[in-house]
Amino acid sequence: MGDVVSILMSGLFSAAILFLVAAGLQLVFGVMKIFNLAVGSFYALGAFFGATLVNWAVGEGLPQPLFFFGLLIAGILLGVIGPVIERLLRPIYDRDEAFQLLLTFAIVLMLEDITMMIWGSQPRSTGSLYLIYGTVNLLGATVPVYNLLVIAAAGTIAVGIGLLLSRTAFGRVLRAAADKREMVQSLGVNTRRLYVIVFSLGVVLSTIGGALVIPVTATMSEMGVELIVEAFAVVVIGGLGSMRGALVGALVVGYVTTLSINYYPPIEMLVIYLVVIVVLVIKPRGLFGGETA
Amino acid sequence: MSTPTERTTGSTEVKHPDGKGIGLWLKLALVLLGIVLLALLPQVLSRYYIILMMPFFAYSIALLGLNLLFGYTGLISFGHALFIGVGAYSAAFLMRDGGLEYMEPLILLSVLGAVIVAVPVGLLAVRYIGIYFGLLTLAFGMLFYSFLLKFYSITSGDQGIRVEKPILLGFIDTTGIDYLTGPFYYYCLGLLVVMALVMWRIVKSPFGLTLRCVRDNSVKAESLGIGVYRYRFYAFLISAIYGGVAGVILAVSVGQVDPTMSYWTSSGNLVFMTLLGGFTSFLGPIVGAGAFILLQDQVMSLWEYWRLVFGAILALIVIFAPSGLMGLLTMGWKKVVR
Repeated sequence: MGDVVSILMSGLFSAAILFLVAAGLQLVFGVMKIFNLAVGSFYALGAFFGATLVNWAVGEGLPQPLFFFGLLIAGILLGVIGPVIERLLRPIYDRDEAFQLLLTFAIVLMLEDITMMIWGSQPRSTGSLYLIYGTVNLLGATVPVYNLLVIAAAGTIAVGIGLLLSRTAFGRVLRAAADKREMVQSLGVNTRRLYVIVFSLGVVLSTIGGALVIPVTATMSEMGVELIVEAFAVVVIGGLGSMRGALVGALVVGYVTTLSINYYPPIEMLVIYLVVIVVLVIKPRGLFGGETA
Repeated sequence: MSTPTERTTGSTEVKHPDGKGIGLWLKLALVLLGIVLLALLPQVLSRYYIILMMPFFAYSIALLGLNLLFGYTGLISFGHALFIGVGAYSAAFLMRDGGLEYMEPLILLSVLGAVIVAVPVGLLAVRYIGIYFGLLTLAFGMLFYSFLLKFYSITSGDQGIRVEKPILLGFIDTTGIDYLTGPFYYYCLGLLVVMALVMWRIVKSPFGLTLRCVRDNSVKAESLGIGVYRYRFYAFLISAIYGGVAGVILAVSVGQVDPTMSYWTSSGNLVFMTLLGGFTSFLGPIVGAGAFILLQDQVMSLWEYWRLVFGAILALIVIFAPSGLMGLLTMGWKKVVR
């Protein structure tokens, strides 16, 4: 029983992180129709900056148990790069998808090296800080409380996004803009500002994902380009642009990863891509494709 | 959101590779001059630069194929490094496990390998266009990458496999001469010229015209009785064959195969080269491959953060000069002539 619970919980943890990054990807794709290859790099930025900020804060004598909020703040602060990158993307909104994809690939190349310039290739971590919240015993499995916090935070954010999109005036404008941008514009909505907000929100979701994962691992120079292929699998399985798709896709990829790591590690990525291909063949637009944001 | 089989966003104002530029004879003379220059390089340049240029032939051949897909058929593949990887690993396996020592059967069998992979992948992928085609090809590329990385007993994982120097044309081996900068260099040059001529015939044939028709208006093409999927599939297959040949050359010139050959960023770099040279021009991708390799060497020797520089260059090209170096050259030429 303990084994099963432990697998269930670690699958849920990786799904939580994947959901945050994939949600950033989906939000931007849903509204702006741009598939942003750079979300993996945002995730890496979040991880590096999160580790640095928390280590600095702890060094300054701030209470250690607050570090969870430090990570969230790190993710939110990185939102400032959103408007800058959105400005770079602006000239290509009306261009062919191939060029949009390539420009985000250019951003991947640049962000990879900027991250390396700032932090070097040494791995960063927050040590054993995440254990200060202790562990709990769930039906025979020992689970760090930190993991539960991350799962709860991702769940809260998921519900928050759902409410934002379905219940608020801003969400209605977003969904309308995703459907027909020109129409929304002619109704007097400043879509230029809307795009800046949406893109920055997407950045923050990905950077929070990166910041929250760092206590349980360490940063690596390749973590961004590696994550984008997983986030990509999530959104293709779930359906491009759909938030519900991001949630379901994250759970599928999270559990597939965890199960194969537990039983036969070599096939981890193979299985993910097989699922992707099977989904694309049976439901080309993903499980929830065609839904708006 | 529109269906994946329709163009979703507005098309670019970029002219596709069928426009008339400078005169035909001048073009021909320039191409011949280019070939002669390439043939003379080993006499002029130091060994370092010749070795550096070896992957140029491999990438040029791969990009000729990739641009049949991208420039002429309008499909962007973010997984084309898959076929370079299949070609390279086929050659490595055939030499390590099959004991094959001759270049020509190596190329033929590796191309066969690329075709065997390309048929199922292509049949699935050509049903989509735009971003979905790009993402599906990316998925297949990564599938192959993870196979290479994880199945250590067959592929030696991230250590890769050493590749020997095969015998060329049945009698040229490595005894007593500098194989790479000598016979193998000219072998690759010859192969590039032949494969470029074949590709030129392909794009100028009715078949090539049909591909462009499919690219520009697939609905109209369909109503004219053209099997859109079938033609996209043929283009995909041809590009895979070119990728397979490129993989063999790359494996021999580097002397080593490893999984990063098939990683998605390698595919991204291939598209980068195509765009750098100019996808609207037949020779653009070849120019792009050369420019990419030289530029990479120069920037890397000056600053370790070459990807930052390259990212900025790519961004500038995408935003301001989508027809690449060849586009800029043609524009400059027109100003001079006038």
